[in-house]
This record gives sequence, structure tokens and C-alpha cells, in this order.
Amino acid sequence: MSRILQDRDERRPETHPLTFRLNDDGTPVMLDAYREQQGYASVERAFSDLTSKTLIDELKTANLRGRGGGGFSAGLKWSLTMQGEGIPRGYIVCNADEMEPGTFKDRLLLEQQPHLLIEGMILAGFANNAYQGYIFMRGEYVDAARTVQRALEEARAAGWLGRDVAGSGWDFDIALHTGAGRYICGEETALINSLEGKRASPRAKPPFPGQSGAWGKPTVVNNVETLCNVPSVVLHGADWYQGLSQGKSGDGGTKLYGVSGKVKRPGLWELPMGTTGNELLERAGGMRDGHTLKTWLPGGGSTGFLLPEHLELALDFDTIGKAGSRLGTGLIAVVADDQNVVSLARNLEEFFSRESCGWCTPCRDGLPWSVKLLQALEAGEGERGDIDLLESLAVDLGPGRTFCAHAPGAAMPLASAIHYFRDEFERGVTRGQGAAHADPIPVGSV
Amino acid sequence: MTHTSTSAPIATDGFVLHDEDRAAIAHEREHYPHPQAASIEALKIVQKRHGWVPDAAIEAIARELGVPPASIEGVATFYSLIFRQPVGRHVILLCDSSSCFLTDYEALRDAFFAHLGIGFGQTTPDDRFTLLPVCCLGACDRGPALMIGDDTYGPVTPEEIPTLLEGYA
Amino acid sequence: MATIHVDDRDYEVDGADNLLHACLSLGLDIPYFCWHPAMGSVGACRQCAVKQYKNADDTQGMLVMSCMAPVQDDAYISIEDDEAKAFRANVIEWLMINHPHDCPVCEEGGHCHLQDMTVMTGHDSRRYRFRKRTHQNQDLGPFIGHEMNRCITCYRCVRFYQDYAGGGDLGAFGAHDNVYFGRFQEGTLESPFSGNLTEVCPTGVFTDQTHSEHYTRKWDLQFAPSVCHQCAVGCNISPGERYGDIRRIENRYNGEVNHHFLCDRGRFGYGYVNREDRPRVPEWRERQRVDAGPGAAGVVGGTISLEIDDALDRAADGMRNARRVIGIGSPRASLESNHMLRTLVGDTNFSTGIAARELELLVRMNELNTRCGLPSPSLREIESCDAVFVLGEDLINSAARMALAIRQAVNAKGEALAAERGIPSWNAEAVKTLAQEAHHPFFLATPDATELDALAEQTYHAAPDDIARLGFAVAHYIDPEAPCPEALDDATTALASRIAEALMVAQRPLVVSGGSLGTPAVLEAAGNVARALARRTRPGALSLVRREANSTGLSLLGGQSLDWALECLTSGEADGVVILENDLYARADAGQVDTALQRADCIVTLDHQRTATWDKADIGLPAASFAESDGTLVSLEGRAQRFYQVFEPSYIRPETRIRESWRWLNALKVSVERQVMTPLTLDEVTRDMAMTYPALAPAGDAGLSAAYRVHGLRLAREPHRYSGRTAMRANLDVSELRAPQDPDTPFAFSMEGYAGHAEPRREVAFAWAPGWNSPQAWNKFQDEVGGHLRAGDPGVRLLGPLPGDYDYTRTLPARFAARDDQWLAVPQARLFGGDETSARAEPIQARMAETRFTMSRGTAERLRMSPGVPLTFNLGERRLTLPVAISDAWPDGVIGVPDQSGLSLVAPEWGHLEPQEVRA
Ligand SMILES: Cc1cc2nc3c(=O)[nH]c(=O)nc-3n(C[C@H](O)[C@H](O)[C@H](O)COP(=O)(O)O)c2cc1C
Ligand code: SF4
Ligand code: FES
Repeated sequence: MSRILQDRDERRPETHPLTFRLNDDGTPVMLDAYREQQGYASVERAFSDLTSKTLIDELKTANLRGRGGGGFSAGLKWSLTMQGEGIPRGYIVCNADEMEPGTFKDRLLLEQQPHLLIEGMILAGFANNAYQGYIFMRGEYVDAARTVQRALEEARAAGWLGRDVAGSGWDFDIALHTGAGRYICGEETALINSLEGKRASPRAKPPFPGQSGAWGKPTVVNNVETLCNVPSVVLHGADWYQGLSQGKSGDGGTKLYGVSGKVKRPGLWELPMGTTGNELLERAGGMRDGHTLKTWLPGGGSTGFLLPEHLELALDFDTIGKAGSRLGTGLIAVVADDQNVVSLARNLEEFFSRESCGWCTPCRDGLPWSVKLLQALEAGEGERGDIDLLESLAVDLGPGRTFCAHAPGAAMPLASAIHYFRDEFERGVTRGQGAAHADPIPVGSV
Repeated sequence: MTHTSTSAPIATDGFVLHDEDRAAIAHEREHYPHPQAASIEALKIVQKRHGWVPDAAIEAIARELGVPPASIEGVATFYSLIFRQPVGRHVILLCDSSSCFLTDYEALRDAFFAHLGIGFGQTTPDDRFTLLPVCCLGACDRGPALMIGDDTYGPVTPEEIPTLLEGYA
Repeated sequence: MATIHVDDRDYEVDGADNLLHACLSLGLDIPYFCWHPAMGSVGACRQCAVKQYKNADDTQGMLVMSCMAPVQDDAYISIEDDEAKAFRANVIEWLMINHPHDCPVCEEGGHCHLQDMTVMTGHDSRRYRFRKRTHQNQDLGPFIGHEMNRCITCYRCVRFYQDYAGGGDLGAFGAHDNVYFGRFQEGTLESPFSGNLTEVCPTGVFTDQTHSEHYTRKWDLQFAPSVCHQCAVGCNISPGERYGDIRRIENRYNGEVNHHFLCDRGRFGYGYVNREDRPRVPEWRERQRVDAGPGAAGVVGGTISLEIDDALDRAADGMRNARRVIGIGSPRASLESNHMLRTLVGDTNFSTGIAARELELLVRMNELNTRCGLPSPSLREIESCDAVFVLGEDLINSAARMALAIRQAVNAKGEALAAERGIPSWNAEAVKTLAQEAHHPFFLATPDATELDALAEQTYHAAPDDIARLGFAVAHYIDPEAPCPEALDDATTALASRIAEALMVAQRPLVVSGGSLGTPAVLEAAGNVARALARRTRPGALSLVRREANSTGLSLLGGQSLDWALECLTSGEADGVVILENDLYARADAGQVDTALQRADCIVTLDHQRTATWDKADIGLPAASFAESDGTLVSLEGRAQRFYQVFEPSYIRPETRIRESWRWLNALKVSVERQVMTPLTLDEVTRDMAMTYPALAPAGDAGLSAAYRVHGLRLAREPHRYSGRTAMRANLDVSELRAPQDPDTPFAFSMEGYAGHAEPRREVAFAWAPGWNSPQAWNKFQDEVGGHLRAGDPGVRLLGPLPGDYDYTRTLPARFAARDDQWLAVPQARLFGGDETSARAEPIQARMAETRFTMSRGTAERLRMSPGVPLTFNLGERRLTLPVAISDAWPDGVIGVPDQSGLSLVAPEWGHLEPQEVRA
């Protein structure tokens, strides 16, 4: 039960396409209520007015950017899916594996508005000539799974899924697939491996999933929130969608923003894309009493730290990117002044190190080393050279050097923590550089 | 939670898949073009019944899906929510990720250690609880958060632990 | 082709390659781990990073993994770039974090790819100061040792084992920095290709356990280029010797044959060379006639060791006293030895030592290989075939390495599909993803289920005659001119036309058959299919499986059958016999052999094994095994290949009198003819052999002549770091003995001599290049990595299609009909134990499955048999009791008899079951 902290009055169809139907009490919006509020209207429109190509063009113009953290244009992704003679119909996979530290937005949509996602997936299926959709949901989202399963049954019973969807002559169904842990399953190609019942190591790109994805067939992977944006684009058009961001950003639409950490009112809001950090922090009621803001993560554990002065920036992909971080999932985590950054970095790297799939060397073996160095610094047992080593690790874990974006995600907070708070790290260095050695393993402990 | 495949074999002779579980696995298979895709779900089905996945169950699932046991084991040991060692009646998953960390997770963790007398990866002597860390639960607005079985809680303070656990016999 | 600029120099490379492949092929050094020339790229280890620039003006550049970067024309890259170098050194440092640094006690040390790459990147000091992660190891059976702590997680082992070789019992477990490669549960690795793990693994995780038991560093081993003697495929091997024992067998690269991989029989089956009980000096057996009738042993009395001259004199006396001496040759001995025997006894007195029914098939196979219009393919060519039809061969058991090649052929469908989508064939995981279960059409017709069945589009399990009928029908559907078997059922008809269709649309169809079932009709059927394809002007290939290392060679050399030889002796037509490296008891009925030998007045045997036949000889001459001799073999492909002596046995064991068989036979000839002994060299024997048999003429050029030199140097058998040569005989004699001289080959029993890679040479004793001590050093000898040896791959082909229009075989078998009171015994090839010599090696014995009679469920029900219950089967005089195995695939009325299980069955025979009192 994530909470949307906006009252129903604020959430209007014209301005809050993702959340306007949500009940204030957090109960799920099931089929009847959903249908009453424009539910599945976009599917009807698509079947009557659109082709795969026009739908994708609309989406491209709307400039809907992926909400899973990468910000890749959904329309562009769909236009690259292989279709045509001799190419088998493929899959739409919804990435509902939400495990990015500090991120709790997809949970809300899954638990409270499953039909919006199903509607988005039907459109994706239609546009990408897929015949089957999968919702890949993390195993811990027990309530969400139950709700989504119910919604799938409702949709199937009402003819929105299955053979001959809504009398269109086109078949499409969706199955729920629940995971068994591991953050890396959220990486889209690892997710596909996991869906296939394999170890969730990522796959090399190219070929991209759109060329050869699940079971070698063209596959589109999109985040829950991304897919939930599609119905309103199809229903109201690209221009309308662009306007939703009210000029606050070059990107269109709204965003489910959130705040966690020591604030008075942690939670979620649907706001125009490009809303500033200050506005968000204000909505969250500011820092808890007795705390001031030291630093913040703009969109999950894999984004870089920013300083309080960056709060005035528009929270969109390009602006935050220019500031040296990433928008990521757009749910900010605030760090209070009493928090030791070395410890926080250690916590983050422990996470990434544990969640490494173990495929490529820098991530598999470099991250645990970074953890040990951070632990040493945290305990005041750092050696001269440790910080340089961490910095060089952060470079070597960067894009292109590792097999997937997991390690670069780990490198970003590490590099930025050292960049902004080097003195805290230096305080942990108490020793000269020791001779090369590895702690012996005590006899009997193997 | 175990990642070692070399743990001493545990006697599981006579293990047979429950008929209901076989049916459930068969049902899962239908969702996918290849039976291997049902392997994770199959492991979860077995685990739901037994609490964990014994060696013999790996072989049984392998046979059921027509996949080599090494592949099933490869999957079973990869995913953190598949338990290859016995666990307590209730598994406590304590979120240790950054937002909970920022909302005093470490104090809560230490309180759990003290209250249960066990560390991560361990089970209380009465087999009631197993304590494990877990990735960000997507409950960051309610950190520090945790799950016991299928239930999610947050924010949880150290003082609330005894009452919280009362409901889990 | 494409031009690439590497560190300011321009090179022409193949545009279809990845950068790593291209650079290594140019001879440039880039370190790597997860990439393997036979398995492609997966980009896991990140070791092969180089700098790539957008164009000539870009000074920034970007690190790319060269194994995952396609070659682009006009690409600018740098290997020497500082950033790239630093990153590569860091990758090694990470890999070494948990590595135990146990090189001094590690069996990989000295031929370790990890050591080589560590040195190459310059990583030489450790900064990691924390605790290492440790693993427990598993007992993986008699072949493979396991030390997981040395693992660097390159994933090569599982990729080879699962993806390349189709094994299911080795996997990757765990995640993050706790990834474990092993079996689900401890136990023997099931794949017959497990031994390749020792070479595929770049460090010491998977090691050769047979080597561990008498371990020697690679640099202290003496090597020679050799050819595996354990089956007819003819894989090239590099055996390593120390102190007069073979310590291990490594793969020797031959780009046309085995390239990187061997089967476990070949790799681990060498133990017979080291057997304590091997005859090492000539023996004379005193015998008293015992006329106890047929079947009774003809020899009693003691055995006396002799000196060479004495042995030769006595043997020559015996032979001179005999009315007629015949020679029995051997398909496990070299052409040279067989030729010398034939020269000794005369053409009309020479037997090949091969049972008549097998010999007939061998001769027929040679004809088919020349008179069907389709060539006999190398393994490399097999790998590029795109439709395969196997008739009657359980390849894993009869020619394991070929089965591995066929797996690659069938799986190559994935690469074809990938090519259509622009995915390069080296992008291994992407190809696998796209391919899913797609295979090139593959059809198998065998009596029993085989390990390759899983890859097959359809299998057909039937009695040999029915398998033949299917083949004939396929030929008919390819070319209606070919005769069609009568009374085909619908299912077989449908299958036959489907197979015909698949073979006809293929670019390179492959027909495989052979002698394992001992059924001429099966071969004739394969021949008809081949002819039909050739007539329809389909290119393609016909591969025919022979049983032993020199079966093909001996059938080309010619001679009578073993049956003839035994009959000659039994009837008294001949009373003297010289038996060359052949245990007659393994090939013919014991009673028959007993009678024949009992009648002979003079039996001279040459062998390196103490066999039942050896024990019957008057004079036994200790022959050299493959490791102590040189010679030529002809593989089933028709490839004549030379194997070279690895070591001189008398150097370490001066008391030994072991000699090459051909030397013994020459000496015997000289003694019989009372000539003066003059030295004879291998080159002379080979030349004479090649001149004598027109079919074998090219075999004279299969190897290097003794005069061959590189820069005036002989070739070294020992790595230049070889140590202890002057000390290893010190316990025998403090004065240093001159190193043995080799008059027969250009190789020296020494580290002195050429061992480099710069000068192309076909015959490489051991692969080594500066900085490359592991088997990966083969890269340096190849025209492109994974391609051919720069000097050409070893061997010359003897069998090729002769031009002409060949008619079809028109005698077709009737449908197999089971009988009420008789069962058709059919030979069953088996990998471990199915070959005479390796079955005498300990680790192979540990892997041998219990021999059993196989029967169908229907037959078992009729007989009320259940698995494991003993059954006695009678074939005429012969009788064998074995437990029963039940197979769902087997045809009714047929009983499978494993090779070398005691019935010496070479072809199907009808037999009776002995009534049993108790049946479960
Ligand atoms: C390590 C890692 C974890 C990820 N986890 C998630 C996730 O939990 N949910 C998600 O939607 N995307 C996640 N992503 C991003 C996906 O790879 C992918 O880009 C996304 O699902 C595409 O959807 P979108 O274009 O709609 O954003 C992750 C990426 C990486 C590298
Ligand atoms: S960066 Fe490498 S090890 Fe890390 S998760 Fe990605 S592929 Fe796996
Ligand atoms: S960080 Fe704990 S629920 Fe997100």
C-alpha cells in the first residue's frame, strides 16, 4: 500500500492521467469502476482509428520516455521492434520488478490500478504485433500479484484479453509471472532470461530484445509506469500529452514522483514532468524536525548524489543528467545532516555487490572489494590509497566497461559521494599503505 | 538462503511431488512456450509446501520439466527467495536498502538480532523465525520496512518488534 | 575483407570477425578468458578491452571489449593505449582477488592461461588485503579433479559442457561473487567429453586426475606429435612422458580433424602404456603338447626371459622349421609394422587379423568411399554440413569425437538463423537465444536410443535390416531410379520421404554409416543414398565409421581375414604363425583360437600388452606401443597420419628390450634369411610400404622425413625449460648418458632443437610460444585462430570419390522378422571398454559400465525378464551370461551384445537363450 498523497479533487482526468481514478482509501480500482472512468477507451480508439504505425508515431511525438530509469523513448523502442513477413509475433513484457532502492511507484499502480497497466499492454501488443504479454512482478509484491491476477481474469472475461480482443479479430493475452528475488532481474535482458526460467544474467546488446528477445522472438520490455502512460496518449493525442508537463520540461506527460527518507510526509505525487526538487520536498512537508538536508539521490540507489542547491532543478532526464546525476526513477531519497556518507555509500555498494549477477568481472569481483574498502574506511581502518582505489573502481565499473548497467549504477553514487564528501572519506584513513597481503583464513573456518 | 551447492546432502529420501503441486506446475507450464520457464515457479510451489527446497525436490522438478537438475539448481541457487536449506516457520525479510537505511534500519536490525538471538541467515532454535535481508521492498515511504511471510510492515520501530511477532506462532 | 588500424599500423582482416579474433589472428597479443575460438564471444570476463576510436581524428576513444566488437572497415583501435592497459591489469587484479595464488602446488602451473595472461597484463602486485572467499570441491569421478578456489568465473566450462557438448550435469550455481561450477551433486561427470574441461578451463579448477597421480609440470614433460590409437577417428594428440611413463595426453590441434577437443576414451585411455605387467623383454615359453582335444590349453610350462639375439634365433629357427608360416597383422598396429609382417611372411601368407565379416565391410567401405560420388569428410567438414542422416551408428559409442562434430553441424542452424537477422555467428549467447531449439535436419536410425537422439528431428529404432530398408527407401525418394524396398509400412515411407526431402534441400547433406552393426545391407543402403545424392548433383559427404585406429589402413593394405588364418592353422595348412599386436581372443571365438594355436608348431607374438594370445606364444617379442614408436595410421576419413615416438623406453629402463614392431619384424626377417643385419629406418620402411600398395602411395608423405630440419635444426621434443635431464638417470649411472638418438624422425629427445611457431610446421610436439604456455598457444600456429595450421593440417587423404557413374545396389533385405525360439544378437559399440587397449587402462576401467544384454520391453516381457537378471545366450559354441538391460527403443526379437564383452560378435547372428531356472 503505497500512498498517493494528493486528494481526489486535485487528481483530474485532464491533468493526472495516471492517478485520477485512484480511490482515496487505497482500494483497487477494478473493472467496473475503471470502465466508468474512460477505462479501455484507448483500446477501442486504437482498433477503430489507428494502425501499428500511427500509434507508434503518436507515441514518438508525445515523447514518452521510459519510466524504468533509462528514459529511453518508448515510441522509438517500439518502432525498432522487428515486424513483418517471416518474423514471428513476439512478446510484451511489463517490467514490474521494482527493486531500485528508494523506489515505490510501480507498487502503487499495480496494487491500485491494474487495468490501466493491462490497457497499456494491450496497446503495446497491438503496436508491436505481439501475441502474448507477461507481467514480470517481483515475488514480494504479494498483494499486487493478487490484484493483478484478479484484474487479468476480469479483463479476460470481459473480452479485453484472449482470442479476438474486443471483437477486433486480434489475439492477445497476458500472464503474470512472479519472480524469486534479485534486483538484477529488473535489467531488461536479465529479466527475459529470468522469464525463461534461467539464471538472470543479462544478455549482450545488440541484438536488442526488439530483434531477438524472449525465446528469440521480438520482445518489448517496458516499465509499469511507462505502459500506464500509453492509454492517455492514445486517447487524447500527443499534443495533449506534451502539454501535461506544462512547459516545465522538454519531456511530455506527468511523472509519479516520490520522496523517502527523513521527511515529514514521505509519499507519492503525480506531477508534471520537470517539477523541481524543492516543490517535491515542500509537498513532503520538508525535513523532519531537527534535521537539515545534507544531500539527496534523485531517483534511486543507482543515481548520483546531488547537493541541496540542486533542488531547484527540474526533475527530468536531461536536466538531472546535466547536473552529473540521473533522474532514474524520479523518487528522491533525502539524506539528513547526521548521516555519515561513507556508511551510506557502504550500504549502497553492499546492495549492488550482493545483487550482482556474477557474470562480468568488474562487477562481480570489483564491487565486493569496494565494499570492503568502504567498511574499512567506515571503521577508521582505511589505508592511504584506499580512496584513490575506490575512485578508480568507480571509473572501471562505469558504462561500457561492464556487461550491463548494474555496475555503472553502483559506480554513480560511489563516485559522487567521494566527489562531494571526500573529507568524510579521508577521515577514515588512519594508516599508511600496508604490504600487499590477504587476511589469512583462520584454521578451521573454511 | 544459501548459495552453496556443496552443502552436505540432506536426507530427503522418499521425496515425491505432491499431486496438487504437480498440477500447479503443469498449469504454470502452459503460460510459456518452453517448460523451463516454469522452473522458478515450480521451485516456489515446492517451497510453499515444504518451507524450503530439498535436493530431491530439485531432481523431481527437473524430471517434471524435462530439464537437467543442474539447470534447476543453477536457478535455485541464483534467486534469493528460493531457500536451499531449511528455514523457520516464518521468514522475516528485513529491507536493508538505502531508504530504510536512512530511516534507521540498522537500529531495527540490531533489535531483531537481539530479540531473536540470531543473525542474518539463521533460524531461531524453536524453528519459528528465519531472518534474512531483502532488497528494497518498495515501501520506502514507510521505512524501515519488512515482511513476515506475505505481510509487509512499515515503518517499524525496535519497540514494536515483540507485538509484531506475536501474530506469528 | 576490411582494413583496420591497430596502434598506427594497417592490417587486412576478415570483416566478419570480431576484433579479438582478428587481432589474435594477426599475431597480436590481447589477453582474454571467456572467449574461445570454438565457442565464440560472450563478453563476460572483460579482459580483452581495447581502445576504439571513431576515426583518425578522435583522440579520446572509448574502451570496448574486443571480443564483442565487430570488425568495421577503417576502424582505429589501440591495444597499447594506457587506459586500456590499465583496465586490463585491473581486470586481472579482480580475478585474482579470490584466487589462492597456489601456483607452486597447482597442476595447471606452467601451462596456465591465467598465469600467461597475468604476466601479459603486467599485474604483479596485490592491493587487495581482505579475506578471500573459499569453496568446497567435489569428487567428479576418475577423470577430472576439481579445485574451485582457483576459479575465475569465466563460464567457459559450462559453456563447453552444456552448449558445445550437450552435457546436462555440470552447471553454474550461486550468484554475485559466489558463483560455483560443478555438479548438482558430487559424482562422476557424465559427458564423454569431460576431459576437455582441463583445457577449456583457463586455470586449475578442472585438472586431469590421471595426470595428478603421477604429476609432472608441462615443461618437464617430453612430447611428440601423436595420433590417438583408441578409435578410428584419428584425433591428433600430444602425449607427455616423464621417467618412461606417459603422464598425460593433451589435445594436439589439427584444424581438419579434432581441432580443440578430444573424447575421454582418447584422453584418458593411455594407461595401458604404463602397465607394470607389460612385456619388456623377449620371452620364451617352453611347451609340452597336451592333446586334450579342442578347447584345452596347449601350453604348460615355464617362461624364460631372453636376450634379443637369442629370441631372434629361436624365433627364426622355429619359423625355418615350419612348413608354412603365416602372419597375422593388426588394425591397431601401424601400416609400417603390418607391411613388414607382410614382407616377412609373403603376400599370400598375410592375414589382416580382422574377422572375415568385419574385413568384408571394411573393404566395402573403401569402395563406397571411392565409388559413390561423395567425398569422405573431415570432422571440420562434418561441422559445416546442414542435414545429417545416420544409419546404424551410435556415434557417441563408436566414434565419439565425430558425434561432437555432428552436434556442431546440427546446432549450426542457429548461426544460419542469426545470419538472417544480422547477428554475427561469434555472438554466442545471441545466437543461442535466437536459435532456441532450432536444428538442422538430423535423422538417426539405430537399434537403440542414443545420446544424439535429443538433437534429432526424428529417430528410427529398428533391427539392422529395417534400418537398411529405411536407407534404401530414402535413396529411392531422392532418385526414383534407386530400388525401393518391398512392403514398406506407411510410417517408414513417410519418414523416408521426409529424410529424402531434407537431404535434397540441404546445401551440404551428410550421410553417416559404418560397420558397428556388422550389417552389409546398412552400408549398401548408405551407399545408395550417397549415390542418389550425387546423381542429383547434390554436393555432400559420406562418412563411414570404422572401429579401430588403423582399420581403414589395413583394409587398404590388404590381406586375408583372421578366419582364414585360423583355418590355415587348424587345418594344418600352416604350422607357424607370427602375430602382430593382436589379441586373437578379442576377435574370434576362444575355442577356435585355442585349436588353431594348439596346432601351430611355432607361434611368435609381438605386442606391448600381455594378452591371452601373448600367453600362448612360444616366443613373445616386446613391442613398442604408440608412445615408443613411429608409424602411419589411416583414419576413418581416409586420412593417413603419422604418429611419432614420444620417448625412448630404454633410456630410463636400460633393461627393457622394447622395439618397434617393424624393427622386430625386420630383424626377424634378417635372421630367418640369415642375412647380415643392417640398420633400417622408418623412412625406408614407409617408402617401401608406399611403393608396394598403390592405394597407400600418398601415405608415404603423411609425415616428416627424418631429414627434415628447420634452420638446420631438429625439432625439440622437450620444452626449453625441461629440467633434470642429466640427473634423471643418476641412480643408474653417475656418468651422463648421451641422449637417445632418433634415426627415424626429425625430432630430438632433447630440448635442443626448434620449438618455435614462427616457422610453419605441420608436426608440433607441444604448443608453446613466448608468453603462451597453455594450450591457447595453438593460436600462434594457426593461419587464423581456430582455423588451420599455417603449414597445413597434418595428414594426407587416401580416399576420394573417383569419377564415374555408379549403379545402385539392388539386393535389398526383407523386413526383419522376429523368430519364436531364436534371437538376433547385434553388436553394440561402447565408448568405455569397447576398445581393446584402453580397456586395459585403469581410469577407463573405473568408467566402464557393467556389460549387459539389451532387449526391448516386449522381448523382456515375453521372456519374463527384468533388468539386472542374468541371462545366458548361446551362439553356436559360444556362450555368455550377462545381466539384462531393458530399452524402450529396441526392436523386438533382437538382443544387443556389447563390444568386447566376450562373445566376439562382429555381425548379427541368431542365437538361443539357455533356459533359466529362476526368473524374477
Ligand atoms: C540493474 C538494473 C535494474 C533495473 N531494474 C528495473 C526495474 O526494477 N524496473 C524497471 O522498470 N526497469 C528497471 N531497469 C531498467 C530496465 O533495464 C529497462 O530499461 C526498463 O525496464 C525499460 O523500460 P522503460 O523504457 O519503460 O523504462 C533496470 C536496469 C538495470 C540496469
Ligand atoms: S554489470 Fe556484469 S556482473 Fe554486474 S549485474 Fe551486470 S552483467 Fe552482472
Ligand atoms: S529502501 Fe527500504 S523499502 Fe525502499
